[in-house]
Amino acid sequence: MTGPAIEVTDLVKVYGELRAVDGVSLTVEEGEFFGILGPNGAGKTTALEMMEGLRRPDDGTVRVLGLPPWPRNADLLPRIGVQLQASSFFERLTAREQIHTFADLYGVPGAQADGWLERVGMADKAGDRVEDLSGGQAQRLSIACALVHEPEVVFLDEPTAALDPQARRNLWDLLSGLNDSGRTVVLTTHYMDEAEVLCDRVAIVDHGRLLRLDTPAALVRGLDAPTRITVGPGLLDPVRAGALPAVDDVAVRVDGTVLTTRSPAAVLARLAEAEQLDGVRVQTGTLEDVFLDLTGREYRA
Amino acid sequence: MRWRGFASLSRAILRGFLRDRAAVFFAIVFPLMFLVLFGGILGNQGASEVELVEVGQVRLFDELPAGAREAFEDTFEVTRTDDRAEAIELVRSGEADVAVEMDGSRLVATYTGTDQVASAMTRGTLQAFVDGANLAASGRPPAFDLEMQRVEDDSLEAIQFITPGLLGWAVAMSASFGAAATLQGWRQSKLLRRLQLAPVSTRTVVGARVAVTVAVALAQMAIFVGLGAAAFGLQLAGAWPMAVPLLVVGTLCFMSLGLLAGAVARTTEGAVNMANFLVLPMAFLSGSFFPLDGTPGWLQAISRVLPLWHLNQGMLDVMVRGQSAAAALAPMAVLAGFALVMTLAAARLFRWESA
Ligand SMILES: Nc1ncnc2c1ncn2[C@@H]1O[C@H](COP(=O)(O)OP(=O)(O)OP(=O)(O)O)[C@@H](O)[C@H]1O
Ligand SMILES: [Mg+2]
Repeated sequence: MTGPAIEVTDLVKVYGELRAVDGVSLTVEEGEFFGILGPNGAGKTTALEMMEGLRRPDDGTVRVLGLPPWPRNADLLPRIGVQLQASSFFERLTAREQIHTFADLYGVPGAQADGWLERVGMADKAGDRVEDLSGGQAQRLSIACALVHEPEVVFLDEPTAALDPQARRNLWDLLSGLNDSGRTVVLTTHYMDEAEVLCDRVAIVDHGRLLRLDTPAALVRGLDAPTRITVGPGLLDPVRAGALPAVDDVAVRVDGTVLTTRSPAAVLARLAEAEQLDGVRVQTGTLEDVFLDLTGREYRA
Repeated sequence: MRWRGFASLSRAILRGFLRDRAAVFFAIVFPLMFLVLFGGILGNQGASEVELVEVGQVRLFDELPAGAREAFEDTFEVTRTDDRAEAIELVRSGEADVAVEMDGSRLVATYTGTDQVASAMTRGTLQAFVDGANLAASGRPPAFDLEMQRVEDDSLEAIQFITPGLLGWAVAMSASFGAAATLQGWRQSKLLRRLQLAPVSTRTVVGARVAVTVAVALAQMAIFVGLGAAAFGLQLAGAWPMAVPLLVVGTLCFMSLGLLAGAVARTTEGAVNMANFLVLPMAFLSGSFFPLDGTPGWLQAISRVLPLWHLNQGMLDVMVRGQSAAAALAPMAVLAGFALVMTLAAARLFRWESA
């Protein structure tokens, strides 16, 4: 197949007064890992559900694999996989029964279902009821159910929501391999770091509008952002640190004291003199800065 | 693949039901408790013979026609005495149920009101014999056999009317709860949405849900009738197989009631409560727990607009009253009408989202 995997033009969804999605246009290439990033209520789910064919756009067009997803397109359904924001399971089934039911619905062999259960690391939980799974396990099962029929395009709506940082990172390992075989992945997330790690390109949305669309690196590069230097917790007196030349701002966080500067070399030299370089981390611009730059307000997930 | 999807969905739904202890309890165990309770208490009393003391010579009994004589001997266990005072004392002490003597051409029966079932039975039966004898004596054709039949099935054997009524209630409960809970639960969990994006038609999804509910209803029928027959002497009339299609239409009707509740309510619990709120009073007013014969006319008028009443009446007709299979057709039509109206209403009120 030639042409992009997903083509969205001037997409609009209105709920009463609210323009939940407000004129979004974007193109997702085949085999791309594409992220939609934005705070609560930005319109990520609404946009995604219009691409999946669950909602009718009020205006604009969507093409997935060259086909319109709305109204319900039976030719398209076997070629796309979806994980909805809420984990949508049959009640009181075990993990294995769950994914086998989906395998049956898609007409794929049961062995393939067991294969995916294995691949998402749920083989040893196969006999557990879905109600008894932890948040991370439920997400894994949900992802496996979305992929059981080996779809060409897969939509994941906040697959790592409500997970602790460790579980989130574990899931990244699984997610990052999903487009290896040329599959297109569209994922929404609240988390800047997640988008940076996983996505080839990121669309930043807020209030239903597409603010910027590029690779994470290009987004950060385009930013005239200060550098953040993080020193291990308790090593630095915040008042003394603030008095250092070239330090614009000091913030004390659990993981250390964060110094914001536009001359990182000078600050690092002073820290080296004071032998306080142990565990120092240097970061120049993050997607968070991009968001701040674009909207003029702090990013709050 | 369509068949595979249907089979798989049905299996998933059935498993979900069988693993839901509360659902199984309310669909099967709870109504069965009533069956055992009513069947055990009332059924045993009804099944035992009435002990009758004949004082002196009661001409009516000697002159009974052959068919009636047989029925008479099935119903009564007769002892004879010439001492009236002794007979009355036997009744008073509860050793006999009734003492009967002739006073000229009048039949005088003395019975105690303590045991209401036995006394009602005695009075009804004797009345029937007297009427029958009178008819025979007056030379008109005796409507004797028919009259006996009715008395036997309606009041002698409590289990006969208890079983179809309780079965109707049980099916109404499980069908409406199941539909209400599934619709709400699947909507809440977004499973409905997820299925919308799977290559499986709405017809297949609905078909699987209906198939499971109908299968559960037929299992309920098998359990009720089986237990009633094995333990409490339930006897089915000839046209009983007609109860199967009747029950299927009844199931559809109550599923649509559940769908309506599921479409209106906002939570799963709300939907089930609403279904319960509709079905329980309906069961009382439809004669599921006790016959409505003695209730005021206005109450009986209300009961006739309730779908469960039609289901119960149809089941009684074909299962125990010995009516022809055609007797179930009118109730089936009424139930189908209810189902259609409620499904249309549910479809109008249905929202994909649980707002
Ligand atoms: N069915 C609906 N009816 C009315 N308003 C809606 C509906 N669905 C979403 N909205 C509104 O549209 C806006 C965008 O919602 P959406 O769910 O797309 O956001 P989101 O970016 O996915 O947020 P989150 O990160 O919390 O999932 C929100 O303000 C939400 O309240
Ligand atoms: Mg969302």
